[in-house]
Amino acid sequence: MSALRRVVPYPLLFLALLAMWLLLQQSVAPGTLIFGALVALGGCWAMVALSPQPARIRRIGAAVRLAGRVFVDVFRSNLAVGTIVLGGEHRRTHSGFMTLRLELTNRYGLAVLAIVMTCTPGTLWVHYDPMRRTLLLHVLDLVDESEWVRLIKLRYETLLLEIFE
Amino acid sequence: MSGAPELPLWAALLVSFLVLAGAVITLIGAVGLLRLPDFYSRTHAPSLGATLGVGCILVGSMITFSVLQSRFLVHELLIATFVTITTPVTLMLLARAALYRDRVERTGSAPETDPEPTELR
Repeated sequence: MSALRRVVPYPLLFLALLAMWLLLQQSVAPGTLIFGALVALGGCWAMVALSPQPARIRRIGAAVRLAGRVFVDVFRSNLAVGTIVLGGEHRRTHSGFMTLRLELTNRYGLAVLAIVMTCTPGTLWVHYDPMRRTLLLHVLDLVDESEWVRLIKLRYETLLLEIFE
Repeated sequence: MSGAPELPLWAALLVSFLVLAGAVITLIGAVGLLRLPDFYSRTHAPSLGATLGVGCILVGSMITFSVLQSRFLVHELLIATFVTITTPVTLMLLARAALYRDRVERTGSAPETDPEPTELR
């Protein structure tokens, strides 16, 4: 295992890069495989130079559940923002800033949360303050702050805590 | 591509629905840029195109070329993945630059300090 680790420092990244290369080339010919493996190896060693904090995904089940929730919410929030855009003047002037406190401190967890917030239009991640552990958000439909806090904390953050911490 | 007419009827209907839906969603996002009142609100509108809009069009593309070449072509998934993981970077950069500018110039469209955290009740 350690011998493999010495050649391929990030096996998962290696596989992902190789899969990406094969998808781009749309073939599994031996030449493509060898060249893809070289590219993936190069990518892995570039990562070693960056020495990222180790990431551990603890519960695959929670990750799958999170993906399902986000998939549903993408449709829901697209619909919500669409109706606001096409709706009357009074619907479009409820936007505003809000802050909420996060328990999540893992940087990969925060990155995933940022992606989720951007994937669901209507919420914009503005600034995370690591000292106060607060997140500044801009919300397009800011009628009730506590509803958004409930959505983010209960629907996403609990699962992210399960996955990363 | 001149291969489009050889699509079977079910695929043609499905693909045209998906591509049209994706285009309409992206158009609504573009209209939002015009109709929403301030910078921060406007940042929400184009994400319609970057999420569901691009999703519909990519699924349409996957179905078209998978049916035409009768094998699974899913490299569009790479486009979806990279669009999804890179849009937050751009949006965050834009939002933070705008916030910084508004706080320095005191234009009043952004709060001077962060609002108090809303607690979960």
